[in-house]
Amino acid sequence: MIEIKRLSKSFGKKTVVEDVTLKIHSKAITSFIGPNGAGKSTLLSMVSRLLDADTGEVLLDQSNVKKMKSDAFAKRVAILKQANHFNIRLTVRELVAFGRYPYSKGRLNAEDHKFVDQALDYMNLTDMQDMFLDELSGGQKQRAFISMVIAQDTEYILLDEPLNNLDMKHSVQIMKILRKLVDELGKTVVIVLHDINFASVYSDRIVALKNGRLVKDGPTEEIINSESLREVYDMHIPVQVQDGCRICVYFNSHN
Amino acid sequence: MRKNSTKLIILAVIAIICMLLFAFYNIQGGFSYAFPKRLERMFAMVITGTAIAFASIAFQTVTNNRLLTPSVMGIDSMYEIVQTIIYFALGSTSIFVVSRYLNFGVSIIAMVLFALILYRFLFRADKYPIFLLLLAGMVLGTLLGSLGTFMQVIIDPVEYESLQARLFASFMNVKTELLFLSAGILVLAFLYGSRILHKLDVMALGRDNAMNLGVDYDKMVLRILILSSILIAVSTALVGPITFLGLIVSNLAYQYFATYKHSVLIIGASLISIIALVGGQFLVLHVFNLTTTISVIINFIGGLYFIYLLLKESRKAA
Repeated sequence: MIEIKRLSKSFGKKTVVEDVTLKIHSKAITSFIGPNGAGKSTLLSMVSRLLDADTGEVLLDQSNVKKMKSDAFAKRVAILKQANHFNIRLTVRELVAFGRYPYSKGRLNAEDHKFVDQALDYMNLTDMQDMFLDELSGGQKQRAFISMVIAQDTEYILLDEPLNNLDMKHSVQIMKILRKLVDELGKTVVIVLHDINFASVYSDRIVALKNGRLVKDGPTEEIINSESLREVYDMHIPVQVQDGCRICVYFNSHN
Repeated sequence: MRKNSTKLIILAVIAIICMLLFAFYNIQGGFSYAFPKRLERMFAMVITGTAIAFASIAFQTVTNNRLLTPSVMGIDSMYEIVQTIIYFALGSTSIFVVSRYLNFGVSIIAMVLFALILYRFLFRADKYPIFLLLLAGMVLGTLLGSLGTFMQVIIDPVEYESLQARLFASFMNVKTELLFLSAGILVLAFLYGSRILHKLDVMALGRDNAMNLGVDYDKMVLRILILSSILIAVSTALVGPITFLGLIVSNLAYQYFATYKHSVLIIGASLISIIALVGGQFLVLHVFNLTTTISVIINFIGGLYFIYLLLKESRKAA
């Protein structure tokens, strides 16, 4: 279990995350939601050690993540950020194989190849495995990166806005795969989402942030209602139930 | 596409042909005198070529920019300013000029210290992005260069001539004792470098991905910057500044091999580097009859190639 204790972070004079305390429940999808600049990505970066917190700590099964060894941590927690630009030209398979680095240190054995095959298969990339990343569409590329994280075979998978720039079909595809990862493989997924309806339909728990502070933290049904959402977004958000899903219809809301 | 191992073998064969030509072609004035001299020079070219190739590729990976080499950090300028200050303040007869060891040591210490101080001030991982570090290096390099030029203008012309010889790369008068000292330092650096090749592969994916995969990114960046400073400092102190070479050989290697594997890239770039230096020196000796120097040729070709790369990059960006 990941516990976040009184975490704060400032950039210059601006406080981006302020005194956030929460628990990430295991074997569930937890979505971080909130308006722009709420500190969702920063919080995720601190949990995954990409950023150092100013104060507070993150505990993974009672031990402070800062004190863990880098490669031991990489076998337990995987993070995928939004921007992934680099100079080198890689095929899909080469990228996914990098997911095995914490285990193989660059020398892949038979077991590593098996994990790579499975991860490719999971994201429906087997046919495309020899294509270069720069030949792929945005959705395919995103799938390739998620596939790398799956090959990493960690209990925890943290994703920073994985649906960015994806069309509806690919967004649904990716959310369904994340659901499968939790339901079938028992992974714990933490995801930063902008689209509140994806959060509502696919996540078990929701964490809502606003101006760096934790506003709401609970099971999805407790958060997705007009009252709670007003606190988070400062607007009236009607919620309708459609086929058992709570859908927010905010598109022509008058406060 | 030919396999990369075949390509490496082709380069190795060309490098060996260049080395054989350089060692045996048209030996005059007594084999027993000329041959060891030639071997010595060739050995100097092989180790500096490899050092420059290694340093440039590792540096480009951690800075995520293929148009930069360690000279941008101002290391070469530091070498020039140290030499200029010695001539300016103490003159060409001072112990710091006459004693090769002392000059060598002072130059290396100054260059590595310069790099360390620069990183210490600027390298605080999440505070400053790496391009700021490079920009600062560039500005400092220009400042040092101008300072050097200023001193060069006012020193005695005879002294200047002797100084100038130091500021151009030359393999013709490499001192044997320095050669073995440098080789020792470089071999240690290579040994460390070869152990982190796989980390370099991962670091090419950028900070976030590398850290996700368990590479201690910020610490490694610092180490690699120091490693490449030492490699460049030693080779510069041994033969003089030829840093355009790093830019040419690294980019040729990226183009020729099209792989992310640093083991292949660095070996390939080193072989290209050896071909350029040994082959170039052969041409200087036997075709141009010493009317020009290797650094002039390399900087001429390197400059053209640099312009070509810049144009290609800007077209890609447009």
